[in-house]
Amino acid sequence: MSRSQKTLAGWARTAPSRATVLTGDEVVSTDRLAEAIAGAGERGVIARGLGRSYGDTAQNAGGLVLDMTARDRIHAVDAATGLVDLDAGVSLDRLMRVALPFGLWVPVLPGTRQVTIGGAIANDIHGKNHHSNGSFGDHVVSMDLLLASGEVRRVEPEGPESELFWATVGGIGLTGVILRATIRMTPTETAYFVADTERTADLDETIERFSDGSDEAYDYSSAWFDSISTGPKLGRAALGRGSLARLDELPAKLRADPLKFDAPTLATLPDVFPNGLANKLTFSAIGELYYRKTKNKRGQIQNLTAFYHPLDLFGDWNRAYGSKGFLQYQFIVPLDAEAEFRAIVRDIAESGHVSFLNVFKKFGEGNRAPLSFPMPGWNICVDFPIVDGLGEFCRSLDERVLAMGGRLYTAKDSRTDHDTFAAMYPRLDEWRKVRDAADPDGVFASDMSRRLRLTP
Amino acid sequence: MIDAVGHPSSLLLLGGTSEIGLATAERYLAGGPVRVVLAGRQSPRLADAAARLTRAGATIETVEFDARDAAVHTEAVRKAFAGGDIDIALVAFGVLGDQEKAWQDIDAAVELAEVNYVAAVSVGVALSAEFRRQGHGHLVALSSVAAERARRSNFVYGSTKAGLDAFYTGLTEALRGEGIGVTVVRPGFVHTKMTEGLDAAPLSTTPEAVADVIVSSVKNGREQAWAPAPLRFVMSALRHVPRPIFRRLPL
Repeated sequence: MSRSQKTLAGWARTAPSRATVLTGDEVVSTDRLAEAIAGAGERGVIARGLGRSYGDTAQNAGGLVLDMTARDRIHAVDAATGLVDLDAGVSLDRLMRVALPFGLWVPVLPGTRQVTIGGAIANDIHGKNHHSNGSFGDHVVSMDLLLASGEVRRVEPEGPESELFWATVGGIGLTGVILRATIRMTPTETAYFVADTERTADLDETIERFSDGSDEAYDYSSAWFDSISTGPKLGRAALGRGSLARLDELPAKLRADPLKFDAPTLATLPDVFPNGLANKLTFSAIGELYYRKTKNKRGQIQNLTAFYHPLDLFGDWNRAYGSKGFLQYQFIVPLDAEAEFRAIVRDIAESGHVSFLNVFKKFGEGNRAPLSFPMPGWNICVDFPIVDGLGEFCRSLDERVLAMGGRLYTAKDSRTDHDTFAAMYPRLDEWRKVRDAADPDGVFASDMSRRLRLTP
Repeated sequence: MIDAVGHPSSLLLLGGTSEIGLATAERYLAGGPVRVVLAGRQSPRLADAAARLTRAGATIETVEFDARDAAVHTEAVRKAFAGGDIDIALVAFGVLGDQEKAWQDIDAAVELAEVNYVAAVSVGVALSAEFRRQGHGHLVALSSVAAERARRSNFVYGSTKAGLDAFYTGLTEALRGEGIGVTVVRPGFVHTKMTEGLDAAPLSTTPEAVADVIVSSVKNGREQAWAPAPLRFVMSALRHVPRPIFRRLPL
């Protein structure tokens, strides 16, 4: 079964669509891939990785979807230069397991390790270290791109092909199929973090912690914040900030095997959760628990799960939202919009739409990619269960984010309209020009590209 | 694609002047921009409908469509999809006719059958093909409670809607595995131009209320819906009332 009809949806399980999905040998052979692209038909083709984008980026109703996860070879790891040459279907989880023994760390880790290299580039993903280390595209040395014409082109961040390179970074698969890439890894002595955790009492204090310069002392930083409590508790946060531990910082017990892959998982959630379980009552209780659990403590040694991926304790946690799914709303606004930004946080809490998994982080400089999400500013991510009136609420948020000069993240978006998106990404036309030159007939297409009218 | 919060980016109204259809379009337009394709006969009424929806913020396209002319249905549906994907198609055309004339006059009876049943089947086939090609979509067919049990007062109309109802109910099953939703909506007495001057039946409703039922049914993937909702139970009971009693009911 290397070609079959499947219904695909994003991680949030909303807006599914049917497509012909190619797997196995069909995607492992570059010739076969090129053939499939040539014969894609009017609905076009899009590459898909592990399906962790929340919305409709990696689905293509009525067309072809290339499940790239079978293309999963790691060709070379060079401990001296820190360069890894690998296929686009390799997951960050696997890359991390393979590279750790060489003292190499994945330079940018999002909230999950279950994403592919191709997806990491195509969404120009970011992590807790954005302020110190940029986004994924900043660490790509070169990549091989299969174009609509069937030609494989090697593109690099500098030089003659750099425009196509940066249009592909954050280009959500619409310039071509990313086949293979060389990534510059971060050298590390250990697989542990030295972390400081602390609680803030309210939104003022939370913003203060990220503005007082203390963030610069850490390579990694982000906060969970309370968006359910209104009044004085609003915006109180549990901060987790830290850096990769040096060998001499580890306790003796861990020093024996400092590069051990230490990321425990407790259980995988079964698909039995009813709609409506994710509500204000349950979320307030879990939020309170999480907040209280966080102690003001400095210099703790934490493993990857504890510091970085607490959600990974539960596999397939998206099932807890029931069959109706949920909606992630992630936006960034410039630092100078602080007052209006506070108002937005307050309005989210007062909206009646409850969100538990709230992430707050201050971003650093963005990169050259026209469709890359990060820019210096306040980044917020909330997720709402799907209920009536959510669409209208999100539209009102869109308008305010746009008015502040902010934008939404393609890997999370599943609902904004094309005019709003175009206004949020003023360099969209510049991206289109490069994209259209690489794929003049619009062979690469997805449900998202049709919704946001990104391709001809 | 209908997005994560249930908002479509495009809507096709077959029967572009249908009051229920227009009210449905307005409901969707309240939630964001929608491209609306109005399929109907060129007429001042169609132009009015286009103007009304444009005011509500729609981008409008019109396609020439005559329910009486089955030969052009496929072409009309194809044209409706030419401007891009259609997320929701609403089969909203229909005629009530003169019920006393309709069971005695061949031409009147055949016209009712052709518009309400034959045309509905014909566009249903064409829409299914387009939806399967694009890999997504939601079809809504306006049936009627009259389809559920024939009454002396409007059984010709009821018989045509019964045919439509059975066809789209079956289509729901046929398209199930293809990622395409079908909803059959059964309104009771709706105050519209079509029913002007008639005595309103109990539980009568408005185009806006039917539109609300349509919007929530599509959002929740409901395959059958009544408007207003309590009619479901009323009709369920009425279907089992013995004929000698049923014919005495003031319906």
